[in-house]
Amino acid sequence: MNEMDNKWIGKNTIRPDGADKVTGRAEYAADTIMPGMIWGKVLRSPHPHATIKSINTKKAEELDGVFSVATSADCIDFPVDTPVILGIQDIRWMARNVLAKEKVLFHGHPIAAVAARTEEIAEKACELIEVEYDVHPWAIDIDDAIKPDAPILHDFIKFDGRPSNIAGTLEHKKGNVEEGFKDADIIIEKEFETAAVHQGYLETHACLVSVSPDDKTTIWSSSQGQFMVRAMTSFITGIPQSSIRAIPAEIGGGFGGKTIVYLEPVATILSKKSGRPVKMVMTREEVMRASGPTSASKSRVKIGATNNGKITAAQGTFYLQAGAFPGAPIRGAAGCCLAPYDIPNAHTFGYDVVSNRSKVAAYRAPGAPIGAYAVECVLDEVAEALKMCPLEFRLKNAAKEGTKAVHGPTYPVMGYVETLEACLSHPHYKAPLKKLQGRGYASGFWFNAGGESSAQVNITEDGNVVVTTGHPDIGGSRASIANITAELLGIDINRVSVIIGDTATIGFSNLTGGSRVLFASALVVTESTNQVIDILKDRASKIWNIDKEAIEWENGEARPAGDNAGKFKPLSLVELAEKATPTGGPIGAGHQVNTVGAEGGFATHICDVEVDVELGIARIIRYTAAQDVGKAIHPAYVEGQLQGGVVQGIGWALNEEYIYNKEGKLDNPGFLDYRIPVCSDLPMIDTILVEVPNPKHPQGVRGVGEVPIVPPLSAIANAIYNAIGTRFYSLPMSPPKVLEKISD
Amino acid sequence: MSEVKFVSPETLEQAVDEYSKSSKEGKTKILAGGTDLLVQIRSGASQPDTIIDIKNIKELKEISNYNGSYTIGAAVAGAVLDEEKDFGNNWPGVLEALRLIGSEQIQGRASLGGNLCNASPAGDSVPALIASGATVNVKGPEGERNMPIESFHAGPGKTNLKNGEIVVNFQFPKKQKHSGDAYIRMIPRTEMDIAVVGCAVNVTIENDKCVDARVALGAVAPTALLVEDASKALIGSNFEKDAVEKAALACEAACNPIDDKRGTVSYRKKVSKVLFKRALEKAIERAKRG
Amino acid sequence: MAKIQVKTKINGEETEFLCQPYDTVLDVLRRDLNMTGTKEVCSTGDCGACSITLDGRLVCSCLVLAAETEDKDIETIEGMAKNGKFNVLQKTFLEHAALQCGICTPGMLVAAKSLLEKNKNPTETEIRYWLAGNLCRCTGYDKIVKAVQAAAEEIRENA
Repeated sequence: MNEMDNKWIGKNTIRPDGADKVTGRAEYAADTIMPGMIWGKVLRSPHPHATIKSINTKKAEELDGVFSVATSADCIDFPVDTPVILGIQDIRWMARNVLAKEKVLFHGHPIAAVAARTEEIAEKACELIEVEYDVHPWAIDIDDAIKPDAPILHDFIKFDGRPSNIAGTLEHKKGNVEEGFKDADIIIEKEFETAAVHQGYLETHACLVSVSPDDKTTIWSSSQGQFMVRAMTSFITGIPQSSIRAIPAEIGGGFGGKTIVYLEPVATILSKKSGRPVKMVMTREEVMRASGPTSASKSRVKIGATNNGKITAAQGTFYLQAGAFPGAPIRGAAGCCLAPYDIPNAHTFGYDVVSNRSKVAAYRAPGAPIGAYAVECVLDEVAEALKMCPLEFRLKNAAKEGTKAVHGPTYPVMGYVETLEACLSHPHYKAPLKKLQGRGYASGFWFNAGGESSAQVNITEDGNVVVTTGHPDIGGSRASIANITAELLGIDINRVSVIIGDTATIGFSNLTGGSRVLFASALVVTESTNQVIDILKDRASKIWNIDKEAIEWENGEARPAGDNAGKFKPLSLVELAEKATPTGGPIGAGHQVNTVGAEGGFATHICDVEVDVELGIARIIRYTAAQDVGKAIHPAYVEGQLQGGVVQGIGWALNEEYIYNKEGKLDNPGFLDYRIPVCSDLPMIDTILVEVPNPKHPQGVRGVGEVPIVPPLSAIANAIYNAIGTRFYSLPMSPPKVLEKISD
Repeated sequence: MSEVKFVSPETLEQAVDEYSKSSKEGKTKILAGGTDLLVQIRSGASQPDTIIDIKNIKELKEISNYNGSYTIGAAVAGAVLDEEKDFGNNWPGVLEALRLIGSEQIQGRASLGGNLCNASPAGDSVPALIASGATVNVKGPEGERNMPIESFHAGPGKTNLKNGEIVVNFQFPKKQKHSGDAYIRMIPRTEMDIAVVGCAVNVTIENDKCVDARVALGAVAPTALLVEDASKALIGSNFEKDAVEKAALACEAACNPIDDKRGTVSYRKKVSKVLFKRALEKAIERAKRG
Repeated sequence: MAKIQVKTKINGEETEFLCQPYDTVLDVLRRDLNMTGTKEVCSTGDCGACSITLDGRLVCSCLVLAAETEDKDIETIEGMAKNGKFNVLQKTFLEHAALQCGICTPGMLVAAKSLLEKNKNPTETEIRYWLAGNLCRCTGYDKIVKAVQAAAEEIRENA
């Protein structure tokens, strides 16, 4: 298709769900109600680490207004030593995270839940539940969890033959690093640490669940995957998936944090036991204490290069804290950190470390910002030592088509070099800086994902289109799908309606995550729409009595082509829809597939800071993000992904952190002291959309959502160094830490 | 929750009467803007059995100016006081301190009286009020009295109000010619944070000489502080470097802070000096203008 | 427990409700009146998602007791579009892609409307500080600020 002829692809159309969202009509999970609905609340652990000796719920059950009580005894039992894998999760852990079983492993760990007439009664009943604990010492930070006499969270986890909090490792190797470092003229090795940060989605977890006496279950909830909700709830409650209908509500942000369940299985048990629909809504404090942030980390990175600027070897070791159960995103850290570079010898190693914090959940490019932070900061130091421009240094070592990546694959056509070139030719690169201002650069990579997707495209009786897909729309994917469908069918965008189906109305579709949604759903929607066009041609061929092959679909109508060209008046979609019944019946097609060909995404960022050296405050004064987006189907929402990711990275770099007190409890469980960036903290975030189409996708789409959070941590650290000559190896670079270091 | 009473008296007498009666029997809270109280109720930190909304009482909502001396009702919200342009011309430091509390949404409700009675060591308006030399009028069952702001607090969350006493309004001195006040705080972000350190300065200048000065600090001790040694160092000076440095050191010496999630002892001490100098510079500039 | 009866005006309509002393306006709007356009995100006044105006003043509805609203005038997101037509801010938010997940959007719109009623020509800095109490985690605020600027321009042109 000729780019210039595109009518909808690449246009900033109005999003299909927009009107509802600007008027308050859009229905989020907490907005949902049902007749006879009651309220569920969770009792949470007051200790960071303890064995549960007994739970007595009798007094709670007897309280007036209480309908049901749930504990782990109501869940399916998954023995701790037998893995039950679902995607990247293990149901053994998921079940114990939803309702603690043998032990409580963090302050705020759910122990029991109550459903009652009001939230107040449910809360009061929770207080009446008697739990006997055997309290253990706890480990919050990585160092405490891996020291020789650390309190062990899970006795059966062994490392080097001994019980350990190191739950897993991962390694990538290429060439021979020892030899590589021998070839280096300069070697720099540094250690880094980052604090745990939360996704900070504004909508708290919420659901409404109704279970009928025959176990038919309906779940309305806020998640990044209705099919994930169905599967996990089914595993934990034992209700078969065919009996569960999971309906995706509008989702108020997730960033990875809503790829697992917290409340749905609990509400299902409470509803089943009470016979009433049960609504559960977390408070902000519950979200902060008990839902998954991403890992805190410690890492060590060593990079060697020749005097002429070629990297000869790189080595990285990353310890990522997983929280109460195994599953830290070490793959993102160890796998993505060197991906932008063509390095002959490399070795990365990741450790998955459990500790007495809430179980980590995915957060936008899980693990990748942690790995990139260390590598991109060391690269800045190497470039400085070589007296090279940091961008030119990266350009000299940039991975290209054909490069064998450290994490395995050989790259196809990709646009990393183009992001570097775009930055070099952007006015930002040469803009003057004042005193105490500095400029930093960093690159980043994310794998991007394919996976299962389903779509159904139906022509309405009046000749319009309804598209159904199976992925919760978290950032505007419906708008992009509308653009693609309207383009393929050659009709006005207002004739296309895009719906997110529930688990009963659309085929299995994997999570909204991994930057996969538009890549995957565009594939299945394109295939479905092409099938619909084929059907439409077939109908026209019946009406005209000519071969289907002699018909072309153009501009929203079937036209006779070849020898027949001009012989018949074209038939529009509306006309064909009107004649659908006599020509063969309803017109529609669906496609379901495990999509492949999602190629990685690369970005390069330029950041300017100004440092108040008397107070230790670094402010972002200019920011430019360049990214290979493949093809921007809806440029404004692609820019929005870049801008949003950058700002989350800014928060991570400067002020966000989980702070624990001496009792092992989170000390800042709210937006007052967990400081996400506010509007006045920021400049406009400039974006450069580099378009190197993904050759394995019909529209050239690459995932765009995750890469933008990868470079900011190091871009900002490098900019601060450029401004004041002090390097920071620990995040966040909050004012007290900054001032302390610069006054030394 | 047992029976909770919500009352909204229309006169000060009714309010004092209700407050002194109910607080003898149980936990009573005065509701002004509610921006602290409602958070405390929601978290369970405060569970009053009587709530007295004082926003329907005329005196507490009034702004008046007699011969240049302002009286500001305790429950006047920040956004409302902001619209009283002349007050901002007289006491820009007090206004900017009050206006720094929370978001615009908070400003629709938060008041000087509420900020004072919440008694947080980090309350933004308190150092500015102290520096301005304002006093507070309170009314209780035993009548009215007037207190300097700097002796209002007994500790974090604690005031020297007696049983049944309600803060009515703030009395500002007549602004001196060539005087100016300013308030600056340190927060990690640009908005929405609690002050890690706050500093207010009010100076009066005659022939380039400092003839009066009041310096106050917030968030560096159990209560906001009037730093008299800093004032002494400034009065009589021409704001020469040595005098300013001496005053800054006095600020640092006055600090008795804690390490907490918002800042460390050493950070707060260092920052108090910096903020003092910046607030002083701003106050001098304002004093010179008027 | 005896409930408090309150008579107030919401989006111009006389409304009566019963509430408990601790109930906030947000509780009553969402739970009792089914006006769920106003969002609950933090319940502590730190995010602005529950923004409404009370007698024309921008406030967090989570920090106003329902019992206080006797004879008051409340405006919520549900009252912003008039006679089936978008307010100019609703239109520019859509045109400028100023929302992603949309959960902050109602509060953001209510706050932005309140700004433009006070200041028809705000600078970027004024917009950013006015909206500092409205958290958004998706957009990085860039397009929100631009949408407010566009709305202000449109309002000035039509004045």
